[in-house]
Amino acid sequence: MRPIATTRSAAGIPTGLLAVWWVLASEIVIFGGLLGSYVMYRLAHDAWAAQAEATNTWIGAFNTFVLLTSSLTAVLAHQAAEHGDGKLAAKRLYYTCIGAATFIVVKAFEWTTEIQHGMTISSNTFWSFYYTAAGLHALHVIAGAILMLFVAADAAKGRELHRVELIGIYWHFVDIVWIFLFPLLYIAK
Amino acid sequence: MADHAAPAEVHHHVNYVRIWQILLALLVVSVLGPMIGIKIVTLITAFGIAVVKAYLVAKNFMHLNVQPRYVVYILGTALVFMLLFYAGTAGDVMKHAGDNWHKVYVEPSATEAAPHH
Amino acid sequence: MAEHATPHPAHAHEAHHEEGWVKKYLWSTDHKIICFQYMFTGMFMALIGGFFSYVFRMQTAFPGVEVPFYGLVSAAEYNGLITSHGSIMIFWVAMPVLIAAFGNYLIPLMIGADDMVFPKINRLSYQIFLLSVIVLLSSFFVEGGPFGGAWTAYPPLSASGAYNNTPLGSSLWLVAVALEFVAFLLGGINFITTAMNSRAPGMKLYDIPIVVWFIVIASILFMASVGPLIAGAVMLFFDQNIGTGFFDPARGGDPVLWQHLFWFFGHPEVYVVLLPAIGITAEIITTFSRKKLFGYKVVLNTAIATAVLSFTVWAHHQFIAGIDPRMAHIFTITTLLISVPIAEMMFVFIATLYGGSITLSTPMLWALAFIGEFLIGGVTGIFLGASGADIYFHDTYFVLAHFHYTFFPIAVIGTFAGVTYWFPKMFGKMMNETLGKLHFWITIIAFNFIFIPLFILGAAGDHRRIYDYQNFPQLAGPEYFFLREMATIALIVMLLAQVLFFVNVFISLRNGKKAGRNPFKSNTLEWQADSPPPHGNFAELPTVYRGPYEYSVPGRADDYWPQNAAS
Repeated sequence: MRPIATTRSAAGIPTGLLAVWWVLASEIVIFGGLLGSYVMYRLAHDAWAAQAEATNTWIGAFNTFVLLTSSLTAVLAHQAAEHGDGKLAAKRLYYTCIGAATFIVVKAFEWTTEIQHGMTISSNTFWSFYYTAAGLHALHVIAGAILMLFVAADAAKGRELHRVELIGIYWHFVDIVWIFLFPLLYIAK
Repeated sequence: MADHAAPAEVHHHVNYVRIWQILLALLVVSVLGPMIGIKIVTLITAFGIAVVKAYLVAKNFMHLNVQPRYVVYILGTALVFMLLFYAGTAGDVMKHAGDNWHKVYVEPSATEAAPHH
Repeated sequence: MAEHATPHPAHAHEAHHEEGWVKKYLWSTDHKIICFQYMFTGMFMALIGGFFSYVFRMQTAFPGVEVPFYGLVSAAEYNGLITSHGSIMIFWVAMPVLIAAFGNYLIPLMIGADDMVFPKINRLSYQIFLLSVIVLLSSFFVEGGPFGGAWTAYPPLSASGAYNNTPLGSSLWLVAVALEFVAFLLGGINFITTAMNSRAPGMKLYDIPIVVWFIVIASILFMASVGPLIAGAVMLFFDQNIGTGFFDPARGGDPVLWQHLFWFFGHPEVYVVLLPAIGITAEIITTFSRKKLFGYKVVLNTAIATAVLSFTVWAHHQFIAGIDPRMAHIFTITTLLISVPIAEMMFVFIATLYGGSITLSTPMLWALAFIGEFLIGGVTGIFLGASGADIYFHDTYFVLAHFHYTFFPIAVIGTFAGVTYWFPKMFGKMMNETLGKLHFWITIIAFNFIFIPLFILGAAGDHRRIYDYQNFPQLAGPEYFFLREMATIALIVMLLAQVLFFVNVFISLRNGKKAGRNPFKSNTLEWQADSPPPHGNFAELPTVYRGPYEYSVPGRADDYWPQNAAS
């Protein structure tokens, strides 16, 4: 049972949407701190280039493709929800979750290979950052996908369709973080 | 993978599929960039394109252009604080020496990550 | 759950009247109950933190002597005690009581809403907070004891169990702090969204009471500054447990990075706790001097300026840590600058009091004491903000006395001010004024006798975090120990005086005079609800017609004018 407070919108946008923007602001600061620290270290340690050579640019690019496409399905889901079509929105959200799962599976293979070749989290501080940053991102992918499943389940029944936009915005943010992680870890080595 | 709906029939919606295609093209460019071998080109393609991609996603997928202005200010402020953090910290962490000081540490050798897990 | 038939009139909550005790008090989503959960937990932790301060001060003043109710204090235990005291007081007392408790209680009531916008997330945030409490308390019972690397947790000391001798405690501490951050991030988003969106019809931005503004600004400040430290905490946890070298110079890491990550949050954090205390003071001063706040917009803009500036001063904690001296120049200037807006707020309070019809009730005494004591804390900060002077003062008791003269007013005086002021609203009973005033005077006088000696000792060279000054011949003279003993005895007196407060609460709850809706004749909306407010807060959600400080308006019969009064 929702309090009346939740239904008011003195700031001009619905409370859920307002809250999601604040969540993003806090996440910008978390990832910003981590990635900023990485950049400082990377610029201080030219020797890391030797380590960074070993990241697999093609896998990284493939994962980027997967996430970008999942962002497309997410925004198309939002479009469907705007038109009131809960079932279509849910279907597109499920596609987005499939994208998330693909991303995680690919990353699991990628990391397994790297670890087997001795590039573990504690082998060199470059790899420490690599696993920590990508790992934190991956946690957000997983959490986002789980939330998305709940939103999709509701949407399929025609309920809480406004949440499709909200989980979509969160998902786009996760995508944007990867858009910056990809060049940092895979291209500008 | 994507369910390609017909391009948006409502006029004020941008065509999401078109944006996606642009994003993928940019991805290709950013992967090819380092192959040219010139460092500055790599940096521009890598990070310049990242900024452009992020902008496209933010504007078109997150609809930041139709949100009330203060939302952009909230997110922008968070970003500015991160730049501030970087500016205040990099002077110590990124450099090896400064005004009357220098760092004394041993750079772990590049062979440290030899495969012995 | 009952469906709403019409939007505005009160909810029909017949279903809730049959709630069991557990659902009503432990599983509630009502913001008022969640306030009490935070407040009681915070006060419980304050007792623990206060006890620890008693123990380590006894050791400092009477080294090697068995401490009554504790025993002998070993050097390792000493480190654990001071680390726990600092961490507990900041993260598990000041923040939950000032922000989570008062924020939860006041925000919906003062903006004329029936609850927070996300009541279930509100409940979840308390539960995560409670989990952090349990994790922290569990660290007292593991092998090695609680973390002993100081609340600032600088690596390599905090990263290596071999150095700090508390490997388990260190990781538990880090997990507890991380959980507490998550709880406050969740809670903060709730507060900000509620205040932005759920205001009563007619309540424009400048009609919001200052305490609500300040708690919201504090929440934003917390959220914007904690990110890098969360990243740093993850890195430190990995350094502690899986052998990474983020902060290990031998592995290419840099301990100074941790310091930057920590203080980038650590400095705004002190303003995070300061702003609610100032907000509480503003509410009390206006009510008990029957006067408008001297410059509402000025105070508001000053708070925002302070919040922004607080992001530019952090490295003054690192002046002698080996940062680049050019940075030290910049941070000196910004640190000295930040004293200006705070001083301005103090002037606004004085101007508000001037010419007012002042009642020296217990809440008013606390509010006035806040201003006076915090001023002392603030001006002593100027010595520390100048990097040249700080070379001498850093890590001495002068710093400690400075931050206790700021933190104590914030966490203790601010809390008592708020509790004595809103107790009638929260519980429907008036507090005993005599007991309240006695508690006030003993606490304040004792507090000054604790920390003025510490200023003197610090200026004389007493290092911080020293287990036994007998190891430092130049600091072991009888005049030094006399001051330490004075501070310790004053601390014991002050701690014992808190019994008066709890006695007051107890007898007021049982036999206190019944409080009406608005015993202090205040304007803000919480006083228009019943005392205590029912679930849903208002029988009919109010509409607002004016600002919160319309006191002594000429031409009106009453010297106050509630925000929702139609005429």
